[in-house]
Amino acid sequence: MSLLAQLPVIPIIVPLVAAPLAVLMPAEKMGGRIPYIWTTLIAWTVFAACVAIFYSVATVGPISYHLGDWAPPIGIEYRIDLANALVLTLVSGIGALVFPFSYESIRSEIDPRQINLFYAALLICMVGLLGVTITGDAFNVFVFLEISSLSTYALVAMGANKDRRALTAAFNYLVMGTIGATFFVIGLGLLYQATGTLNMADVKFQLAGDNNRMVEAGFAFIIVGMGLKAAMFPMHLWMPNAYAYAPSAVSAFIAATSTKVAVYVIIRFIYTVIGADFDFASAAFAWLIAPLAIAGMFFASIVAIFQSDVKRMLAYSSVGQIGYMLFGVSFGTEQGLAASLVHLFNHGLMKGALFMAAAAVMLRVGSHACSGYAGLAKRMPLTAAAFIIAGLSLIGVPLTVGFISKWQLLSAAFDSGRPWAGFLIVASSFLAVIYIGRVIELMVLKPAPENAPPIKEAPLSMLIPMMILVAANIYFGLNTELTVDLAERAAHALMGAGR
Amino acid sequence: MSIEHLILRVVIKIMFAPILLFALYVQFHGDYGPGGGFQAGVIFAVGFILHALIMGLDETKRVMPIGVLKWLMVIGFLFYAGTGVATMLLGGNLLGYDAIDPASTHHAGQHWGILLVEFGVGMAVASTMMMIFYHFAGREPEIRDEDW
Repeated sequence: MSLLAQLPVIPIIVPLVAAPLAVLMPAEKMGGRIPYIWTTLIAWTVFAACVAIFYSVATVGPISYHLGDWAPPIGIEYRIDLANALVLTLVSGIGALVFPFSYESIRSEIDPRQINLFYAALLICMVGLLGVTITGDAFNVFVFLEISSLSTYALVAMGANKDRRALTAAFNYLVMGTIGATFFVIGLGLLYQATGTLNMADVKFQLAGDNNRMVEAGFAFIIVGMGLKAAMFPMHLWMPNAYAYAPSAVSAFIAATSTKVAVYVIIRFIYTVIGADFDFASAAFAWLIAPLAIAGMFFASIVAIFQSDVKRMLAYSSVGQIGYMLFGVSFGTEQGLAASLVHLFNHGLMKGALFMAAAAVMLRVGSHACSGYAGLAKRMPLTAAAFIIAGLSLIGVPLTVGFISKWQLLSAAFDSGRPWAGFLIVASSFLAVIYIGRVIELMVLKPAPENAPPIKEAPLSMLIPMMILVAANIYFGLNTELTVDLAERAAHALMGAGR
Repeated sequence: MSIEHLILRVVIKIMFAPILLFALYVQFHGDYGPGGGFQAGVIFAVGFILHALIMGLDETKRVMPIGVLKWLMVIGFLFYAGTGVATMLLGGNLLGYDAIDPASTHHAGQHWGILLVEFGVGMAVASTMMMIFYHFAGREPEIRDEDW
């Protein structure tokens, strides 16, 4: 066995084998540390493999792996180019941080008898997201999407130990997520009917620029289905509750990864599977994706301002941020696409750090309501600092990744002859100043309630991953070589495939 | 032992073994015709679910305890994934069955590979179906009145 040849399948098969073994591990011996350590090691292995894949793709070129030794388009193909290598690295990187981070937080939030099941489900959720990203087979996307969604429903529901509302949130998410998946698979069925193939590149080849009602309907179903999964603006209602009542570490993981993966799938289907040359694709950009993205940017950000719960606020902010990503895509230019990919990566870093800080507050203060954050800068200085830096990054302050995203989006807007779009991006960023500023004001300027019991800073197992993510927020804000250059190359490759 | 539902009890005792046998037929016929692990697993589980419906859940749990089911679920899945990993170790790609018997001129490796994978699927599906049934049927009403 040549390890290098088998590299593309390592991030899938290793956690897939490891997760059922985690189910068999004892939940209550050693405080549930056995499944925790096991899955953390697996997450690190996966991250190492993804970095190796990323390096290989960036230096050598796209990788194609044939499952079962069946050549595509008959067999399932894993096809990794720069765009999915970037998303793979994001998902596995967040995984490698969330797994070590989660232990203290999870132990205080879920039923301790479920800790082995929790880690198995989290690992399976990660596999699903990685599989969606890595595969070059359209139907395989659906299979992995269901793997990740089903485990996410279970993970969200585990928050019921702390707050029973997690059950309705999970059920809501289940219903909406299933509708989304159904729409997606209907779209796939229509495309399969039109082309007779499920391999992404082959679908496009068989379409050969021809278009009919069936292809159009398939496209519409896929965009709506994935839009639901990505919490695209009017289809976002499952998200705030799911994020708010899920166990905090789960919120950190899915907020940083799952919607990003769905946005990636939208991009992948528009460019690699259908092709953006069709009239209906450009009409969708102009009349559907752009207006909904703008509406999301403003509406969700305004709703976020009025939330009294920090996790809900962050969830609404995510809806707005998804709007930025889709807005970038809707320019239909290479730069816009690159800006979207950059923001996709960067937003994973910011939201991961913000939700991790919220998890630390949840552990020590025991609440994610805004009132619990009063005077936090004195009570938990490091966590508050992490929240502030990641929050500034979300706003788009220079020296952070958020600035890079916004800058890329702005220059893409101006270069594509949409100065009004630039104005909208800046205007909606001011809304982020308000909702993040509100929490920062609470933490820094307000005194802690007088009867508040003294609390400790978050434990090191949480602080270290949080700080690594905060450092990444600054590092990728200063050194844009990795993200921006690669995103530009990825966008070029995606668009090149679209011509 | 009570003699309630005597006819049902006798019928299920007669039917139990043929149902399992039919499941195994569907399982191993899957290579050549309609059938395979999923269907066979469900049929296999149906035998036990019928048993539980007539004899009561506690009787069935004595035959097939929950702890055993958990192991069967995992082992079944690992049969599948393990076959894939084995072909990788033998020099093929994941699930590239030809690596099992590369010298064969009539793809004997494919036969072995799909047999092992389907066996794993059957085991995992049967035990998962039973597990789901156990959990739905054996659930204590967990939500108390004051929670609403």
